[in-house]
Amino acid sequence: MSDFARGRLTIFLGYAAGVGKTFQMLTLARDLQQRGIDVVVGYFEPHARPETMALAEGLEAIPRKTIPYRGRLFEEMDAEAILARHPTVAVVDEFPHTNVPGSARSKRWEDVSVLLDAGIDVLTTMNVQHVESLNDEIWQSTGVRVRETVPDWIVKQADEVVLVDLTPQALLNRLERGVVYAPDRAQKALQHFFRESTLGALRELAMRQTALAVRSRVENQVQRVDRVDRVDQVGQVGQVDQVEPVERVAPERLLLLVAADASSAALIRRGRRVADYLHAECAAVYVAKTPEMSELPRADRQSLERQLTFARRLRIETRVLVGSDVALTLVSFARVYQATQIFVSREERGGLRMMLGRGLIQRIVSLAPDMQVTIVANRGVRRRAVSS
Amino acid sequence: MPDLRPDPEALLRQAEADGRGRLKVFLGYAPGVGKSFRLFDEGRRRHERGEDVVVGAVALELNADLQRVVQQLGAVPMLEAGGRRAVAVDAVLARHPAVCLVDDLARDNPAQATRPKRYQDVAALIDAGISVLTSINLEEIDEQQPFIEQLFGRRSAETVPQSFIDSADEIVVVDAPEDPSPLGEIAGSDAQAIALAALRERALLLAADAVQRQLDDYLRANRVDASWGTQERILVCMTPRANAAAMLASGRRNADRFHGELFAVYVNQPNLTAEDRSALARNVMLARAQHADVSILDGHDPIAAILEFARQRNVTQLYVGHNLRRTWQTRVTGSLLDRLIRLAKGLDVRVFPH
Repeated sequence: MSDFARGRLTIFLGYAAGVGKTFQMLTLARDLQQRGIDVVVGYFEPHARPETMALAEGLEAIPRKTIPYRGRLFEEMDAEAILARHPTVAVVDEFPHTNVPGSARSKRWEDVSVLLDAGIDVLTTMNVQHVESLNDEIWQSTGVRVRETVPDWIVKQADEVVLVDLTPQALLNRLERGVVYAPDRAQKALQHFFRESTLGALRELAMRQTALAVRSRVENQVQRVDRVDRVDQVGQVGQVDQVEPVERVAPERLLLLVAADASSAALIRRGRRVADYLHAECAAVYVAKTPEMSELPRADRQSLERQLTFARRLRIETRVLVGSDVALTLVSFARVYQATQIFVSREERGGLRMMLGRGLIQRIVSLAPDMQVTIVANRGVRRRAVSS
Repeated sequence: MPDLRPDPEALLRQAEADGRGRLKVFLGYAPGVGKSFRLFDEGRRRHERGEDVVVGAVALELNADLQRVVQQLGAVPMLEAGGRRAVAVDAVLARHPAVCLVDDLARDNPAQATRPKRYQDVAALIDAGISVLTSINLEEIDEQQPFIEQLFGRRSAETVPQSFIDSADEIVVVDAPEDPSPLGEIAGSDAQAIALAALRERALLLAADAVQRQLDDYLRANRVDASWGTQERILVCMTPRANAAAMLASGRRNADRFHGELFAVYVNQPNLTAEDRSALARNVMLARAQHADVSILDGHDPIAAILEFARQRNVTQLYVGHNLRRTWQTRVTGSLLDRLIRLAKGLDVRVFPH
């Protein structure tokens, strides 16, 4: 074993601005400092509430870096300065933040990876809606599309995910306190209603996401214990089905059939999500008629490239297969890949593609009786107020 | 069964008319995660905003910070007998604050007290129109005792029924790293660490379920036709010849994996043969053995019946069988599958060949 270890990543996960992520993170930082651990603040949002500001005051702050962009000055975290200072623990607020162009790295989570690689422990904050694979689910349940996301594999690397919980009522009270009452109370009530239900859905998702993180870590731990052959020492807790480490069935392997259209992004996110829950391997393929893909218009080729890049960003292996028969080519590869499940998109309504598509799903199902074929939902926003 | 639940708006109106207090529970997964801190911190904030807050119960040992807060808020002295302490309910009622802080909900009262349990005292305060903030650990919930016994080989002596926790207007999870040391030294053995994580997962899921229930109620009260994909809900469609055993086993595994729910249905049709009926009866038994929530649907249009059921239960994944033999009849089944796939737009449809 090497005596140089990667730093530990702790994520404080919330569901909205104002639930108290930064406050809890700084509380832990202060606690560590009082125990004699070398803690610095690498980055923290300066527009915080007074109580939060007070917590940060006793901690050493690494000055931010000023970066000029389009005639204005922007402040970003100075990862290099933190590396030079090399504390035991660095506090880095707002994990999903996108750095201003001209920064060394485009995302703050990339800056954090650099710190972790150097053996520095990092405490950071994010909201559940910034987990990449949850994007569609969030959109579906709240109608909100989030732009700044963190890839799941980065979130999964966290050694600790800590839920920061507050009830939506308390959060809304917090936000409204000090805010002038809107003149139109009915308007306000309506806003309140949509916000409260939206916040409730996000809160539930944050709880389930944290539970998943806890379970995944236990499973890794149990496997580690397994590997060093100390199963017997776990004897007292060995009976617990809740922490059953490995499924008795063979591990699942997912294969996603990607197309050039935008619906593939949802397919890829869903595949990633299911693979994470099942601890399954996951790959994505496109079946081209010819190696040059000359059958595809240029715009489609670009769109396809975007889909495949997106899949790789979520750590899904991608492959372009060549074959005139899509179903046969896909299923042959699925056999080689030892896929247990195939995921395909729902076809668009009407048109030639649908006619072809329907036959395609039928053919995949009949060629792959040993696998399960899943037609992935079209997760649009399905919420509507019936009456008010 | 959503329809059996009381209308929350009616409940709210009733609560207002009755002048009942509100119950807010801080739920932790283990001692030391900071429940009391959160409880008293909220009490302090409310006090600073001008609410009339008193302390009704504190844990035996308080750190200096919490002692200061308790002093600031003012406490109604607790009753004490035989080494046990109880909320002085009559004194709190006489004082009648807007909010009473009751730490450590699961404690038993002294033997001669009016009510044997602290949570019963809390219920009395709420009935009298006093709102209560309280705290509890997962291991102190009665229904969790079989789980706790599996983990630790013992049960908690003092517990509160789940139904009381469920009656809370708000539940807040107090989460904390299992191992706050940056050096990753988890206290104790691997076994303890695993048990702690299992408790933590349970507490998070329990709270998520409570939030989901409240959300459903809220949406129904506001007449919103919503379909939330937050919790995975799997619906297995059983037909006489489908490989129901495989579908149900997979459904169970996936439902567990996703911390989701499993439903199974078949559509009652008039033209079933005796053989079909016995196959379906077998399938229902299989479904019950997998702890699926089994329903029998009626309707001449099986697909419409299935999709309506799926919509009502916020199903996210539909499992259907598909016959591979291309006879005249299966061509018809094939087109049924087509139709199902086409209509089940908001669902993942998983096809099981047979």
